[in-house]
Amino acid sequence: MTADPITPVLTKRWLSPYSWKLDIYEKLEGYTALRKALKGTPEQLVQLIKDAGLRGRGGAGFPAGIKWSFMPPNEDKPHYLVVNADEGEPGTCKDIPLMMADPHSLIEGCIIASYAMRSHHCFIYVRGEALHCIRRLNAAVREAYDAGYLGVDILSSGFDLDITVHAGAGAYICGEETALLDSLEGRRGQPRLKPPFPAAAGLYAAPTTVNNVETIASAPFIVNGGADWFRKMGREKSPGPKIYSISGHVEKPGQYECPLGTTLRELLDMAGGMKDGIPLKFWTPGGSSTPMFTVEHLDTPLDFEGAAEAGSMLGTTAVQVFNETVSVPWAVMKWTQFYEHESCGKCTPCREGTYWLAQILERMVAGHGTEEDIDTLLDVCDNILGRSFCALGDGAVSPITSGIKYFRDEFLALCEKNKAAKPELVGAQA
Amino acid sequence: MTQSEQAQAEQPLDEIFDEDIVAKAENLIERYPQSRSALLPMLHLVQSVQGYVSQEGISFCGKHLGLSDAEVTAVATFYTMYKRRPCGEHLVSICTNTLCAALGGDEIYQAVREHLGTDGKPLGHEETVGTPGEKGSITLEHAECLAACDLGPVLQVNYEYFDNQTPEKTIALVDALRAGKKPAPTRGAPLTDFKGAELQLAGFFPEDPIQYRADVDGPSQAVETLRGAQLAQERGWIAPVIEDVPLPEVQKK
Repeated sequence: MTADPITPVLTKRWLSPYSWKLDIYEKLEGYTALRKALKGTPEQLVQLIKDAGLRGRGGAGFPAGIKWSFMPPNEDKPHYLVVNADEGEPGTCKDIPLMMADPHSLIEGCIIASYAMRSHHCFIYVRGEALHCIRRLNAAVREAYDAGYLGVDILSSGFDLDITVHAGAGAYICGEETALLDSLEGRRGQPRLKPPFPAAAGLYAAPTTVNNVETIASAPFIVNGGADWFRKMGREKSPGPKIYSISGHVEKPGQYECPLGTTLRELLDMAGGMKDGIPLKFWTPGGSSTPMFTVEHLDTPLDFEGAAEAGSMLGTTAVQVFNETVSVPWAVMKWTQFYEHESCGKCTPCREGTYWLAQILERMVAGHGTEEDIDTLLDVCDNILGRSFCALGDGAVSPITSGIKYFRDEFLALCEKNKAAKPELVGAQA
Repeated sequence: MTQSEQAQAEQPLDEIFDEDIVAKAENLIERYPQSRSALLPMLHLVQSVQGYVSQEGISFCGKHLGLSDAEVTAVATFYTMYKRRPCGEHLVSICTNTLCAALGGDEIYQAVREHLGTDGKPLGHEETVGTPGEKGSITLEHAECLAACDLGPVLQVNYEYFDNQTPEKTIALVDALRAGKKPAPTRGAPLTDFKGAELQLAGFFPEDPIQYRADVDGPSQAVETLRGAQLAQERGWIAPVIEDVPLPEVQKK
């Protein structure tokens, strides 16, 4: 049996008026999964998430159940669950609508996950610019406390949990989990060396799990439906539904929750096709940090394996679609300027590399580039990829290397008029 | 340093940050297992008073958290949302990241810069038109991806979303702000001002229940946001039906 093209699970309640309020949430099966979960044991919940094959929705796709199982069984130190709601990867716009429309699903997920990991304090680190989400989450947390879903002895289970909603302050790097932890500790958001991993020494050096919003919000549905239900959607190694955010030159951009493995061709069909019929040129499967694709990849299954086999990554399923009118070197330059601005400065390859990459691209786009600049770009990229402290550096080179791979001619064309010029000899006048 | 900044610099801390702000700072510290975690919200709090993070704001945070001015400054200068110069009544942030830019975000930013500029000089990034603290003053900035790409080109005023912008729409918006009006955002709460937004970012929301409800219930259900769910409903597409199944059995270790 194959699932329908769109499988509204996380997005289903979004259609209901006032879906963010507790009474509406409760009418729509809200907090039923929590009651069921609290009757089970933490071990059962971890096993369930493992069985379901839920993979992290923040970009890396690490199996959530395995991550949860890394938390120590004892409680020698407090355990923390930290939700990464610092949505900022260019193109990504799924967690913010989720938290606005259905904040209680995230909170219910937090309670279930905290119970499974023996955590009694959960932090939701929300991107500062997402003020309306912060407001809705705070209101939802307040409602949940009043209704006895949070606080002491939740639903007479003996389990206690507090949730703190924490606003960030504008730093893309804080989406990196260890930078997020430093930021949450009141420091500059710079990544930490791993190991130790957060499960061993995370927030305040205590066992911590950091999960993305969409991952945690999936937990209540898995508790209610079971692993087999979840696996009816998506593919063997990438099960479940996923919110694909389609933006750019399409007729109907928006949020489409489809089974993992859906292709761009199918997504474009749902989104009304290319805007004004202007043909597709390039697109990202999951944000600017995932190498770009072209028309060749219309039928690539967009799940963790499919995107990787085709030379990219699934990332955050932020499908940014660009038509023939957009210059690839220009787009790459814009993205590179973003990484230059957001590089935290901790490690040299990323700090210096993004700085020089942006300058070279700016020069090329302004028409002053030479063919050698392409080699210089690739050389700098080679010195960043795998050599920087965290994944920001790896992400920064993705648009450049993939852009040159598929559209080298466009970069060359920018250098054309500088090619004819004779090399100037030092000290010599023409 | 301007005259007003100089006058402020000579003001003692407890005159700038009154009892209410001190109580709020103490309340922030109580929310965390370790006090230093309250630093980011506390920096938002001092911005809600002065419209930027001043030297006194830094000392205030340091005093309450047992940190040196240097430690607080290191943090304040790291994050884009902490402004080092007084912000206008409103902060207008225009997304110029690649996708919004391709859809017209760069044009919008240029048009607004020129429109708000004086003597033929366009307004620059993080520059203010009007006098900070006075009605109708605007600080302009270009922003990185604001996570509303399906609604691009987007901008924010005091971090509330104005979606699907054009140069004409944005110029009308900034003109209205300059004239002291507060147009409703596409998604978000009714506009207050930059300082009001910062107070909410610090974690303090309106105590008046009517205003609180109006803020929380401010619109969010954009057509774009609901498109997938709507299409599924029209076509009768659903997720597999949920049947109640027991949690898996596990071996007791």
